[in-house]
Amino acid sequence: MNVHEFQAKQLFAQFGVPVPRGKEVTSPEAATAWANELNTPVFVVKAQIHAGGRGKAGGVKITKDKAAVAGLAKELIGKTLVTHQTGPKGRQVHRLLLEEGANISKELYLSILVDRDSGWPVFIASTEGGMEIEEVAEKTPEKIIKELIDPAVGFQGYNGRNVAFALGLNSIEPAAMNPFIQMMGNLYRMFMEKHAAMVEINPLIITKEKTIVALDGKVSFDDNALFKHADVQQMRDLNEEDPLEIEAGANNLNYVKLDGNIGCMVNGAGLAMATMDVIKLAGSEPANFLDVGGGATKETVAAGFRILLKDPNVKGIFINIFGGIVRCERIANGVIEAAKEVKITVPLVVRLQGTNAEEGRKLLADSGMKLEVANDLWEAAQKIVKLTGKVA
Amino acid sequence: MSILVNKNTRVVVQGITGKEGSFHATQCKAYGTKVVAGVTPGKAGQEVEGIPVFNTVRDAVKKEGCDTSLIFVPPPFCADAILEAADAGVKLIICITEGIPVNDMVKVKRALAGRDVRLIGPNCPGVITVDEAKIGIMPGFIHKKGIVGVVSRSGTLTYEAVHQLSTLGLGETTCVGIGGDPVNGTGFVDVLALFEKDPETQGIVMIGEIGGDAEEKAAEFIKKNVKKPVVSFIAGITAPPGRRMGHAGAIVSGGKGTAAEKMKTLESAGVKVVKNPAEIGNAIKLALGR
Repeated sequence: MNVHEFQAKQLFAQFGVPVPRGKEVTSPEAATAWANELNTPVFVVKAQIHAGGRGKAGGVKITKDKAAVAGLAKELIGKTLVTHQTGPKGRQVHRLLLEEGANISKELYLSILVDRDSGWPVFIASTEGGMEIEEVAEKTPEKIIKELIDPAVGFQGYNGRNVAFALGLNSIEPAAMNPFIQMMGNLYRMFMEKHAAMVEINPLIITKEKTIVALDGKVSFDDNALFKHADVQQMRDLNEEDPLEIEAGANNLNYVKLDGNIGCMVNGAGLAMATMDVIKLAGSEPANFLDVGGGATKETVAAGFRILLKDPNVKGIFINIFGGIVRCERIANGVIEAAKEVKITVPLVVRLQGTNAEEGRKLLADSGMKLEVANDLWEAAQKIVKLTGKVA
Repeated sequence: MSILVNKNTRVVVQGITGKEGSFHATQCKAYGTKVVAGVTPGKAGQEVEGIPVFNTVRDAVKKEGCDTSLIFVPPPFCADAILEAADAGVKLIICITEGIPVNDMVKVKRALAGRDVRLIGPNCPGVITVDEAKIGIMPGFIHKKGIVGVVSRSGTLTYEAVHQLSTLGLGETTCVGIGGDPVNGTGFVDVLALFEKDPETQGIVMIGEIGGDAEEKAAEFIKKNVKKPVVSFIAGITAPPGRRMGHAGAIVSGGKGTAAEKMKTLESAGVKVVKNPAEIGNAIKLALGR
């Protein structure tokens, strides 16, 4: 789960990671009120959407004029920002972060996540703050500093010193050394305690006043650990999510919307991905990823149909079930029952294999439903693509 | 011969009185697996399909000599269950549970490091040595005793591959699901090493997916150490970057972990990579010269 910058910064503040004074505002009036209270030489108005590249897209405004803040807020609220991470449709701005400006002396990069190879948390740091870290890693890999943290003992002072000296903080700004190391310890504590999946501060700045400040903040959380953190759950912003994905989640379905036109319904995540891949190989594009899970029932199949059919791009549906614990005749009955409740207006190909597959196929064939039944994966993919037409 | 588990493996099922636990313990036993004990705290003295239930894994190991644990405990209590099994002296822990917090697994993995215990999973279908022991949730009947070892990050996609191998008459030796989580126990490399040493396994099918660099590590290992033919399929070539595709570990982040990159690396290590999952069986058949 992702959260907004203003929420990330609230958490930073809670854990002793310094941030600029700022507050979320959702109207020009609230912006004016907070600007009066903030009373700073430079005001920064930042659009809050779950995507990077906001600055380049015009989502960040800076002014020295307190009276201009309301106008900037008015301009940004309701505006649609298109960045390299939003896709061509962009994302509408509903909230702003209004905060004080900072006197930047040096920009750094710092993040923490779990290193999948070792299974240990790892800090990633660089002197190239403010840049896309992937770009830095590709062009100048020597500027990427990695520090693994032993989870048995947690963050130690030497971890901080390793990073601080590697960054050259001792020559950049010696006064910032200790605050930096302390801040890393706090960030590690936040990462572990709140079950974050990733915390990224870009840029982390050293100010002209020789302090360390997190000027930006991006935090995502481990969905599997949300049950432990009611406060984190409350940070969820449904405006930032696809409505179909929200509906799928409410039905315990694992759904990701894509741009193609063949809707797919599959049991198991790996097979669901493979099904998308095989659609592409057969000459079309998948409209979604949908894993109905191991316990697929009539209800889940019906919910799956409803969601797939709400996507106007869907021109055909491909159901691919490998029955293991899930029995194919149950899925077949689910499809037949669901078709009575949900009007299926597009071609449908059902491929059943595994436990009681033959029984399931017979049920479908005898149901009088307009659908094609297939035995194997490639045959099924070719059938659905033939029925819906290839795409370039 | 086979790897990891065989007809002598003695299994304790943790979480045996739950819906999933009791169903699958029964299924495993029916396949012929020696499921000799179950554990649910506070339910000692009960039985599940003739399998005695104990309060602790320690008791189960003491009374029934279990060497392997199969875990169905719900995610919030799973780290505890894995560590309990390890402390009780179980040598192989197979964790089926999906949805364990990553940080819990970070701590578990660290705690197991350097100890004489192997963890398979979590978030996996388990391990089956055909006609000997089924320790997991895979449908037993699709398997056929044969010559191909299967290792995979996925569940149903593995069944798909197994079905092809069985239908083509090649059959399988052992099938290992290593799980779809970002932090897991046993990786591709460990299983590949076991298959390479196993005299019955003549060829290997490795099923990977987007996210992480386990496939790249496997490619490096195969290049240096594996003489047997390896066929691989990597799921997720159509998956968009930055989106989690069902499995917690299936995500392309920061341009890393793409299917295309994994396929390229595996091919350069001499692995036959198939783009169409329906061709896994035929590809290994061809590679084995059958």
